[in-house]
Amino acid sequence: MTKSILLVGVGGQGAILVSKILTEGLVRAGFDVKMSEVHGMAQRGGSVSTQVRYGDKVYSPIIGEGAADILVAFERMEAVRYASYLKPDGIALISDKEIMPMSVASGSAEYPAGCLEAMQEKFSTVVVEADRISREIGNSRCQNIVLFGTLTRVLKLDQIDWELVMKEVLPIKILEVNLEAFKRGREAV
Amino acid sequence: MKHLLTGNEAAARGAFEAGVKVCSAYPGTPSTEIFENLPHYRDYLYCEWAPNEKVATEVAYGASIAGVRSLTAMKHVGVNVAADPIFTATYNGVGGGFVIVSADDPDMHSSQNEQDNRYYAKFAKMPLVEPSDSQECKDFMKEAFYLSERFDLPVLFRMTTRVCHSKSLVEFGEREEREITPYKRDVGKFVCTPANAKRHRPMLEQKLRELEAYSNESPINVEELNGSEVGVISASIAYQYAKEVFPEDASFLKLGMTFPLPMERIKSFAKKVKTLYIVEELEPFMEEQIKANGIDCIGKRLISNQYELNPERLRRELFAEQAKTVEVDVKPVPRPPALCPGCPHRGFFYVMSKRKDFVIAGDIGCYTLGCAEPLNALDSVVCMGGGFSVAQGMAKAFEAIGATDKKVFGVLGDSTFFHSGMTGAAEIIYNKGRVIPCVLDNSITGMTGQQDNPGSGETLLGEPAPIIRIEDVLRSMGYEKVIIVDPQDLQAMRNAVDEAEKSEVPAAIITRRPCLLLKRVKHTKGLCKVDPEKCRSCKLCLKAGCPAVYMENGKAKIDESLCVGCTVCAQICPFHAID
Repeated sequence: MTKSILLVGVGGQGAILVSKILTEGLVRAGFDVKMSEVHGMAQRGGSVSTQVRYGDKVYSPIIGEGAADILVAFERMEAVRYASYLKPDGIALISDKEIMPMSVASGSAEYPAGCLEAMQEKFSTVVVEADRISREIGNSRCQNIVLFGTLTRVLKLDQIDWELVMKEVLPIKILEVNLEAFKRGREAV
Repeated sequence: MKHLLTGNEAAARGAFEAGVKVCSAYPGTPSTEIFENLPHYRDYLYCEWAPNEKVATEVAYGASIAGVRSLTAMKHVGVNVAADPIFTATYNGVGGGFVIVSADDPDMHSSQNEQDNRYYAKFAKMPLVEPSDSQECKDFMKEAFYLSERFDLPVLFRMTTRVCHSKSLVEFGEREEREITPYKRDVGKFVCTPANAKRHRPMLEQKLRELEAYSNESPINVEELNGSEVGVISASIAYQYAKEVFPEDASFLKLGMTFPLPMERIKSFAKKVKTLYIVEELEPFMEEQIKANGIDCIGKRLISNQYELNPERLRRELFAEQAKTVEVDVKPVPRPPALCPGCPHRGFFYVMSKRKDFVIAGDIGCYTLGCAEPLNALDSVVCMGGGFSVAQGMAKAFEAIGATDKKVFGVLGDSTFFHSGMTGAAEIIYNKGRVIPCVLDNSITGMTGQQDNPGSGETLLGEPAPIIRIEDVLRSMGYEKVIIVDPQDLQAMRNAVDEAEKSEVPAAIITRRPCLLLKRVKHTKGLCKVDPEKCRSCKLCLKAGCPAVYMENGKAKIDESLCVGCTVCAQICPFHAID
């Protein structure tokens, strides 16, 4: 049975790094793995998505609407934007972080209220205060790994030594803070 | 041991294993990482960034003429730039194997169109190879070099965004070292005089006939026979989608070589199944040829030729199966891409956006984002290098109709200047255009992710390189006034535009500040902060269009996780509320 994870956020939030650690761990656990990411224009501060699929045999690296088992959103409005990709019985894992799109910042549009509640109403939803937790650790850039920590709990893949994978994938300079972020993310549920 | 690689990483590995010696390319999404991975194999091969795709193709083809295996790679629209040498290389044939990678972008994730470059293979008359995952990117690359040498033709190796940027598991092989044959001049083959071309013409048709015969036997065209009810012919990433969607007893003819099509193989496969589907992304490239051979099949009647496919879309269009989705009650607002916080282009576009009499022709690169609100500072963007020449055409039109209230600017970046902007700059001088060309020099090829170019001072292999000075090029063309300005200093930027506008002699502007993402340059850090006491909520700072600046409880606020301290917003603030 192939599992499909859709990771969404705003360009620069570190979705690709999370996918890299995730896929590395899945490969070590013996799964067939495919992953798809976006580059170029699509990366420049816009809405971005990365997909990871794993199982005994995976063909397509991407999914369409109604096909994700888990939606990981690094930003709350992005969860809403990609909600149609989630299976009705899928799980939404959402950071409560808000990032204003240009139209909102310039006052021509309003950031929608109730993103988290709207998701909670329709899906089995886990909300993580990734922004607050990352500040407590002292590095607001590791919100992605906080969420990744929570994701490893939701995935129930406890046979994988994620900390070991992180040690091998992450540069030494940022390892310690990210290991802490990972731990805090795991404790968040 | 298997490695989890993108298609681009695997294609680079394949070229290495195939014994490639000379590689030249110009970056373009989604092809760029093929060449970014080649320096790993620097002990075995030479690789470089060329100024544009045409030059890259000519360099690689030259190496092929000299007798070694060579590679070039580009995005789909890059093949338009490189088409001239490609269409003659097929007539001449090759020396060493010569592979041209075309990385197409169905869905236009990072492109201006979604042209289907498979037609180039048919148009220029060369074999077409299409991998569907990373293992095939590596393995088929070796097959492509084999084909090129056996049939004496360049080979088009067509990837797509989802092949290039998807990771899957790859098993490595060994590098195959090629025997070095001493160079021997062959005028009849490599000098494209009309007499030689006329001789080559029927030879090319003969090669295509031989290729079709080979295609019928090719090890990369594979029949997977299951049931006899449904048969599917597919290639590239569409094959992976089709495998998920069709029932297990469907039979497949999976094609790795898609031009010339293995028509005998297709005819025999068609006879083995009751209903035949052709599953291909974008245009009916295979379907048209298959139908022209009198074979009944279902393809574009059900599957649209627009945008990229995915399994759920195929289920919907082929079988009217709609995946169950849940609607949420909140509507998201759009989040289009924007110039990064601290991007040096912001100051330039902010100043330009204030002048309603300016008409600005833009170009392809990060600065295309100067079109976005609230900057809204571009009138047109067409293609690489088009910034200057399109501006020239607009200015000539305004002259022709006597519209004197407009001032026309052409805008492009440093890499684009070397790519094909220099010819436009020459056109403006030669034909006395009333255009001010502006080069936004951030010392790197930015949008594709920091690749070096003739103005950046380094090569793909990380070696120091001479810097071609853009101001010297412009001056030598006849721009007597070349104004170099730091775009992050808004007053200096305004002065530069005024000075260029008032100039009696041909003037050009170069804005110079390195891309903020450029790792080898040390950027001064220091965040901007709003003093809420001084902020009068005028929202002028928002006109910079910076993703880090927003309003909260009626006061401007700066997101410290995004701000890099460029101070453009602080310079705009009339109340000195930003520090």
